[in-house]
Amino acid sequence: MPTPSRYWREIPQRYRLEAGKCQGCHYVSFPPRLVCPRCGGREFVPTKLAERGKLITYTIIRVPPEPFEDQSPYAVGIAELDDGVRLTAQVVDCDFAALKVGMRVKTEFRKISEEGAAGVIYYGYKFVPE
Amino acid sequence: MRDVAIIGVGMTKWGELWEKSLRSIFVESALLAIEDAGVDRIDSMVVGCMSSGLFIGQEHLSSLLSDYLGQNPVPASRVESACSSGGLALRQGFIEVASGMSDIVLVGGVEKMTDVTGCEATFALGTAADQEYESYHGLTFPGLYAMMAVAHMHKYGTTREQLAMVAVKNHDNGSKNPLAQFPFKITVEAVLSSVLVADPLRILDCSPITDGAAAVVLCPADKAKAFKKPFVRITGTGQATDTIALSSRNDIAWLESTHIAGSKALAMAGRKIGDIDLFEVHDCFTIAEIMITEALGLVPKGQGGKAVAEGLTARNGKFPVNASGGLKAKGHPVGATGVAQAVEIVKQLRGEAGERQIKSAKRGLAQNMGGTGGSAVVHVFEAE
Amino acid sequence: MAGIIGYGAYIPRNRIKVEEIAKVWGADAPSYKKGLMLEEKSVPSPDQDTITMAVEASKRAIKRAGIDPREIGAVYVGSESHPYAVKPSGTVLAEALGATPEVHTADLEFACKAGTEGMFIALNLVRAEAIKYGLAVGADTSQGAPGDALEYSAAAGAAAYIFGKDHLLAETLETFSFTTDTPDFWRREYQYYPQHGGRFTGDPAYFKHVIGAAEGIMAKAKMKPSDFHYVIFHQPNGKFPFRVGEMLGFKKAQIEPGWLVSKLGNTYSGSSPLGLTATLDIAKEGDMILIVSYGSGAGSDAFIFRVTSRIDEVRNLAPRTRDLLDNNKNYLDYGVYAKFRRKIRKAE
Repeated sequence: MPTPSRYWREIPQRYRLEAGKCQGCHYVSFPPRLVCPRCGGREFVPTKLAERGKLITYTIIRVPPEPFEDQSPYAVGIAELDDGVRLTAQVVDCDFAALKVGMRVKTEFRKISEEGAAGVIYYGYKFVPE
Repeated sequence: MRDVAIIGVGMTKWGELWEKSLRSIFVESALLAIEDAGVDRIDSMVVGCMSSGLFIGQEHLSSLLSDYLGQNPVPASRVESACSSGGLALRQGFIEVASGMSDIVLVGGVEKMTDVTGCEATFALGTAADQEYESYHGLTFPGLYAMMAVAHMHKYGTTREQLAMVAVKNHDNGSKNPLAQFPFKITVEAVLSSVLVADPLRILDCSPITDGAAAVVLCPADKAKAFKKPFVRITGTGQATDTIALSSRNDIAWLESTHIAGSKALAMAGRKIGDIDLFEVHDCFTIAEIMITEALGLVPKGQGGKAVAEGLTARNGKFPVNASGGLKAKGHPVGATGVAQAVEIVKQLRGEAGERQIKSAKRGLAQNMGGTGGSAVVHVFEAE
Repeated sequence: MAGIIGYGAYIPRNRIKVEEIAKVWGADAPSYKKGLMLEEKSVPSPDQDTITMAVEASKRAIKRAGIDPREIGAVYVGSESHPYAVKPSGTVLAEALGATPEVHTADLEFACKAGTEGMFIALNLVRAEAIKYGLAVGADTSQGAPGDALEYSAAAGAAAYIFGKDHLLAETLETFSFTTDTPDFWRREYQYYPQHGGRFTGDPAYFKHVIGAAEGIMAKAKMKPSDFHYVIFHQPNGKFPFRVGEMLGFKKAQIEPGWLVSKLGNTYSGSSPLGLTATLDIAKEGDMILIVSYGSGAGSDAFIFRVTSRIDEVRNLAPRTRDLLDNNKNYLDYGVYAKFRRKIRKAE
């Protein structure tokens, strides 16, 4: 499980979906990076991800890893947002039977997990049907 | 660069080895390899292991395993690239011999996975993914491969039955492998009715949690004749990386790192894919084998499902894939898999594979990959 | 003149019916439904809490307000189910909205009126010109003890309000707070469920304070019930708002648009604030709205708002409360509800 510092460091991404757009080739990296994976550039402009997109794939996790034991089964998917960036997250508030490739989704702020009854609560983004 | 040969192989039965610790599992296989080679010394050790720290709280395997093998003060390294740690160990050992740095190198792979609960093992395996942007959201390896399967099925019409046929074929092969974890056949119906792990993948689409080790002994080819058994040359090695996160891939239904590593290994060996007689590939999940056959160029892109349905990759097919039983039937002690692939190919090229022998096998290819394809290592082997 | 420049609502999509709860405890569902005027209530998913709902409601308020979140000078979250006992909900909310770091934050608690408390404070900071914009949220995922009467009504929801001095959608004409020490409903630290005084929660508690605040504000503003188009009272059950309305001289038609409880349940700190969002969704320029909250312990906050023409420009910029209430519902059985609300004792 992440320590508070590992979680806290990613808050701008987890809470506000802050990304970095390469000044050279305009590729958007999420999370932001030091080196553009497309052109090797080092100069970036802060940007925020689009709020909506479509699922390009998904699955339903039925055998969960440790911190997610109580949540299973849950759906996860990769969405291609309307700005072209791809994002991985759980898909909630959606009947499993309704999941399909191409389905429109939007991001929503949700609880991701927590470190037991006494530990830090981890928040972040999930997808809900648009 | 010198030519490199494998002069000895060793592997014990894989499974849930409750009575054996990581150190004993490794040492037993290493001793078998050393005896098979007939060497009286080794110059160096390279060990592949993904996650001894998370599974048994033990790092510093270089010291631990050289110590328990009775080989102190021999130089030893532990390498890691998730599930391709074994293949990576083989490549590093190859480089040591080829460069002239060492003559006799012991390459081993080991993983002890059953000292933790299923959820903890799933978590440990999940460290091969992007911790902050995949695992943080509750993704698991079956989940990631399931998403690749959904994309592949959507794009190419690959079917659930075709995935099942990969498992059935590999169990058919594994039923003839006395060292396999699951040496028995299964049916398509059994796969399709087994419990769901991450839709559409079911438990019988997934390689198991396994304890096991495998080892090979390398030496320069021009010295290999001095040893007792027919030797096998490693004629090509290729390695490549790709994005850590599945969402960053250019095409989530394609394994680019395998494609590049395979092309490089074959180019180095001066061979085409059609020259290879047998393949040991990384069927961590049934969909993986289908995608690997495409990435290696055995079949055109998108045709991997059709190929297995048509028997192209069966033992008696045009491209026999996973005669050993693959990860599915043989087992998948993560760090050991890449080395065990080499063990199988050597046995096949020596004519020692018993009931699963591929007739007149002269050249083999092993493909080992890590995570969802973030790393891949491919080797080409040729009989003496 | 200060007032509301943006408002937003969030209601989880899960519901459980009164019959479903009654059958587990052997209670007579029809008499609960009739007695409480309640049919079903909202239930938060395990990944929803006061903070997550506050974030989404606040984002909707920001959309209607049309402001840069960095200009929000204060963020107040009122709840009796803050996820942490110590560590503010407000900091997570402020961070999620991008209002940090130059912002004042506080978490508030006053049973069901913590939402309107935040509204009172944000409004007055704006009036005092200490801040440009202030955000106040009332949000709860409160629990009722299994088998207790409150289990039928304890629900989840959030309403967010942004106050400012420019581009108002509703001017604030008057406020009035009526507070006494009245132990009608409470929860001691380390207790999982609250306790209450049964029938004591009626006349000496809810009715005394709601009437006290309503009469107080009308006297201060020199207004009478017929001057208002709409009135929203705190909604612990379906009956109390109509009864207190009748006692004060209001008509049913004034109460109905903001009366959500029969299908929503009691969203505690979100109760009257959510009723106000539903009212704003249908209000017109010039409408006078009275809202009177109630929080056990006890107290009521009253506000008088007059709607401006800007309401027509902004009401459709975010989902309407009735749509959140009526559409896309997911009904749970008691077992799943108990699992979601962590009423099942698991291994340590």
